[in-house]
Amino acid sequence: MNKAADLAEETGDGGTVIRLSGNLAIACLHDLPARLDGLQGPVNAIDLSQVDHIDTIGAWTVHRTAKRLGAEVVGGDEDACRLIAAVGQLDEPVPIRPDKVHPLRRVVGQIGEAVCNSGATLLGLLGFFGATLVASWSLIRHPGRFRWNAVIQRFEVVGVSALGIIGLMSFLIGIVIAQQGSVQLRQFGMEMLTINLVGRLTFRELGVLMTAIMVAGRSGSAFAAQLGTMKLTEEVDAMRTIGVSPMEALVLPRTLAVVVMMPLLGFYSSIVAVIGGGFLCWVALEIPPITFVQRLREVVPITDLWVGLIKAPVFGIIIALSGCFQGMQVKANAEEVGMRTTAAVVQAIFLVIVIDAFFAVFFTWVGWN
Amino acid sequence: MSEEEIQEAEDRRIEEAVETSDIAIKVRGLKNSFGDQVVHEHLDLDVRKGEILGVVGGSGTGKSVLMRSIIGLQTPDEGEVCVFGESMIGRLDDEALAIRKRWGVLFQGGALFSTLTVAENVEVPIREYYPNIGPQLRDEIAAYKIRLTGLPTEAGPKYPSELSGGMKKRAGLARALALDPDLLFLDEPTAGLDPIGAAAFDDQTRKLQQTLGLTVFLITHDLDTLYSICDRVAVLADKKVIAVGTIAELLALDHPWIQEYFNGPRGRAATAAVEREKGKAANKPTDGRQ
Repeated sequence: MNKAADLAEETGDGGTVIRLSGNLAIACLHDLPARLDGLQGPVNAIDLSQVDHIDTIGAWTVHRTAKRLGAEVVGGDEDACRLIAAVGQLDEPVPIRPDKVHPLRRVVGQIGEAVCNSGATLLGLLGFFGATLVASWSLIRHPGRFRWNAVIQRFEVVGVSALGIIGLMSFLIGIVIAQQGSVQLRQFGMEMLTINLVGRLTFRELGVLMTAIMVAGRSGSAFAAQLGTMKLTEEVDAMRTIGVSPMEALVLPRTLAVVVMMPLLGFYSSIVAVIGGGFLCWVALEIPPITFVQRLREVVPITDLWVGLIKAPVFGIIIALSGCFQGMQVKANAEEVGMRTTAAVVQAIFLVIVIDAFFAVFFTWVGWN
Repeated sequence: MSEEEIQEAEDRRIEEAVETSDIAIKVRGLKNSFGDQVVHEHLDLDVRKGEILGVVGGSGTGKSVLMRSIIGLQTPDEGEVCVFGESMIGRLDDEALAIRKRWGVLFQGGALFSTLTVAENVEVPIREYYPNIGPQLRDEIAAYKIRLTGLPTEAGPKYPSELSGGMKKRAGLARALALDPDLLFLDEPTAGLDPIGAAAFDDQTRKLQQTLGLTVFLITHDLDTLYSICDRVAVLADKKVIAVGTIAELLALDHPWIQEYFNGPRGRAATAAVEREKGKAANKPTDGRQ
């Protein structure tokens, strides 16, 4: 039964005959298909009388060889005849994969597609922002519809649960800034300026920026994945049919949560970073905490705090919107959810940094240096 | 022991072997549980070679779990599962491979690989198990398998997300049949298909089973499927298989669930449809003669 398939070629009076033998099932074919392909015609007949067993793959192999060499299939038992006839009926080319495109054309096509996509994404994001504003307005007019529970729950997920990781990150960043700064400033004998560096940098820029990056990675990605999965399982469509607006039920609570949490987290992050910097100053530069705080109050203007706190909710809007927007774009399959999640994070961080640059120019222009 | 006795024992052994070799799947004393919830207990089931066995049962009676235990996706707490006479429990992956090549599984949603085209999906098992089959031949095999399940040729280069539910099932069937299995597991193949599509799928299953000599383990809720293509039906209830037999045999039993299942409004409709079909077939020649 499990004898390997084999072939023998015989040339006699009636022309060439290929005798197949053994088990012509896929498990026992081994190199038989390759050997059959190597045969050259003309062949009069393929003899199956020594074949003990055959499956459709064996039958197909016989069929294609017979067709190629113009041979007749003889000596098969009932099973073999039935299977060969069955697969013969199905002999019709089926394309396996989409047509291949020339590499150059593909590259040009991909560039074009990417440009169109970025344009469409930007437009879509603007449209989505508009839709969020419209939804907020209708919610302001009908405050009874507001989903407090959903928002409070998001507060916890976005804000409270992030305290640990953001705190740790900020503390370490404060230490790194102070350490690197002190090494450079020591060359000028101005180690005290490390306090200026830590205070101004964290309140103006790094506290909020690092928080934004962390929130984009933690919450923006989660939003995209959640909404994307809900789109796939048609939950979003079900909401629409019941008359619940997904904008109101899904997007607004998330956006609001991030917008409210970002300034709080940003402030917390700045404070912890300053503590980190102060800790290093105390340990490495021997500046006692009391001096550190006193000096900090002298050199860091209150406008630095405002700069950070004004930026934070804007970053929050960007993070929440790109997360929700990308999630709502999911249409086809699970793979797209992953792709969209990545896109949401990349887009959010990119836009946050771009907007941050604009803010820097703006605040210099208004004289908050 | 005399020579005769040895001969007799030998005969008995052969007889037993012949008897068991008729059985494709043998399940004995199966127990499955999730936490405190016991799904199966002391479950016994035999699937004969070359038959289509329908498996029915209420929702949550563990039809899919039974299938998953047989194909090794779920390790049962207790019991024995033999497929083609080989025990499948506690086997290493390598050892089970030889048996695994002999079955094909169609999951409920088709479970096609979403990043591959339909044809590439069909090629996956061939590529995985038989690298000796060249790419040209592999493409040809995928092509006729796709045609075999009744898919149009245009379906080959399409991605699963571009297919309708019925086409996904057919594509899943084509992949399940890729290695010419002896044993085919179908999990609710006609669920979610329109009646015409479902009937066509049943037809196809029957035809394939006859052409390829398959043994089919078919989980279904579709009474029409049970009536039209199943040789025997196994009923899952009370954590075990309470009865196996033809529908007529099952109806003769006095179990409330079976009675309700087959004699409920839907059951009666399906019975009536079968009767009508039979009537039509019987009437045809007479009509022709008149």
